[in-house]
Amino acid sequence: MSILVIAELREGDVRHATYPAVAAGKKLAALLGTDVDVVALGKGAKAAAERLKDFGPKTAWWSEAAGVADYTAEGHAAALAALVKEKGYTAVLAAATTTGKDLVPRLAALLDAGMVSDVIGFAKGDAGTEYVRPMYAGNAEARVAVDTPVHALTVRETAFDAAAPGGMAGAVAELAGVGEAAGAKVVGYQFTKSGRPELTEAKVIVSGGRGLKDAAGVKLVEELADLLGGAVGASRAVVDEGLVPNDLQVGQTGKIVAPDLYFAFGISGAIQHVAGMKAAKVIVAINKDEEAPIFEVADYGLVADLFKTVPQLIEKVKEVKAKA
Amino acid sequence: MKIMVPVRRVPNPDVKVRLKKDGTGIETEGVNFLVNPFDEYAIEESVRLTEKAGGDVFLVTIGGPENEETLRAGLALGAHRAYLVTVPAPLDSAGVAQLLAAVYAQEKPDLVMAGKQSVDTDNNQAAQMMAGLLGIPQACFAYKVAVEGKTATVQREIDGGLETKEVALPAVITADLRLNQPRYASLPAIMKAKKKEVKKVTPADLGVSPVSRTRVLGLSAPPPRKAGQRVASVDELVEKLINEAKAL
Repeated sequence: MSILVIAELREGDVRHATYPAVAAGKKLAALLGTDVDVVALGKGAKAAAERLKDFGPKTAWWSEAAGVADYTAEGHAAALAALVKEKGYTAVLAAATTTGKDLVPRLAALLDAGMVSDVIGFAKGDAGTEYVRPMYAGNAEARVAVDTPVHALTVRETAFDAAAPGGMAGAVAELAGVGEAAGAKVVGYQFTKSGRPELTEAKVIVSGGRGLKDAAGVKLVEELADLLGGAVGASRAVVDEGLVPNDLQVGQTGKIVAPDLYFAFGISGAIQHVAGMKAAKVIVAINKDEEAPIFEVADYGLVADLFKTVPQLIEKVKEVKAKA
Repeated sequence: MKIMVPVRRVPNPDVKVRLKKDGTGIETEGVNFLVNPFDEYAIEESVRLTEKAGGDVFLVTIGGPENEETLRAGLALGAHRAYLVTVPAPLDSAGVAQLLAAVYAQEKPDLVMAGKQSVDTDNNQAAQMMAGLLGIPQACFAYKVAVEGKTATVQREIDGGLETKEVALPAVITADLRLNQPRYASLPAIMKAKKKEVKKVTPADLGVSPVSRTRVLGLSAPPPRKAGQRVASVDELVEKLINEAKAL
């Protein structure tokens, strides 16, 4: 009755989101008095399993077989379903990244398993394991019970601290009998090359909204982000305008972030945006509309024209940095 | 080409929901319900595909009789006909996926085009589950869709960029934000939608008894953020970020 955590690989490397997922798996295992295994599929999976074996699993499974070499929901869900059935795992989980969201529901269907998305916590209750997850753009937290022998989960990576290495090294084992990805193949990727941290990992995020107006506004946001070693975020309006790529969208249907410091420039604070950033430790809002709802969640609010004040802020931060 | 579009009725996402005091759900009185925004992208994309090559776009929703209104709104965006699968109580994504798969089995569409997630429960599950149950390919979070013969080439929004995936049809595709700009329903389109077919069926008519696999035990309000403060200048802001918040 142990737990299987699905690692996520990108161009042969373990993606950061895997570590909070492993931590969540270990926490759930501790609650239930059981063990954790991990599984890595795709190019670089053997090296990934070698690395992940030091993070507490009993076994780190891997496969680089043709059917799972590139990530596809079809190939990976089929291989994982076979593993879960063979080994009798009672919970299978992955981080709620775009890959986890694509993969785990399909896997749940293959396993006839009930699924809980975006888990932020769990506890033992009258109904067995009760999972906590946000609903309604984060305006409600639901307790959810799963009625099937196998539980399928995605976990919100910002809700769990990344797992650290330690304890006994686990075994490393190759999966046998991995089949093809039926009816699907990946023909290419276009990754946005950026020296900035990923939104879900950044300590500082500088975000802009409709108030940025155009590329010059985006430049201001980027300048402050680079000065602070932070990530750039955006509200949906900015993505809709095509000013920044889609995966910089912070919000209910984009990235859920939890940095130490979050700047919101020219962002009105629509429910959908706030859902994605209200877990930030400190929120700073600059908006010329004093009625903007963003001020309801901001720790520090400045009612001002961002085109005047953000350049001042950039200069001021440069001064502070020069002194430090 | 025949395209199936699952549609969901959601409370207006721009209005903050109010929870019932006993935590059993949300207050629905005085709440305006709409077609889930991502489903509008799916309808738009399907209508565009059939405008070019001809075909049939049908909507499917699951729920009570109030969903007919939701379907009419979807039909006004250009879909041709609709199914309303009436169920006595709400189902989870697994139950929904079982019913969608049953409609699929009757209609045998070339393509299922869904919204990537419904903005009330935020589960992001049913379309992928449906593809899994049916054993057909999926391409989620579509940025661009091109159909050529029996293959769809889909650019998918993934963390850090785009992935291009080819899937053999029939397949399930889910629509993300940048896929298109849905049209507004014109008055003539709204009038025409009133006459389009909405076929009401029960799970028994489809030969299935859907089973939810999860249960929501209760809802509670998340802990609120403590009230913030206004600052008058950039100097004051930076001073407070350094000395008070210790964030710079």
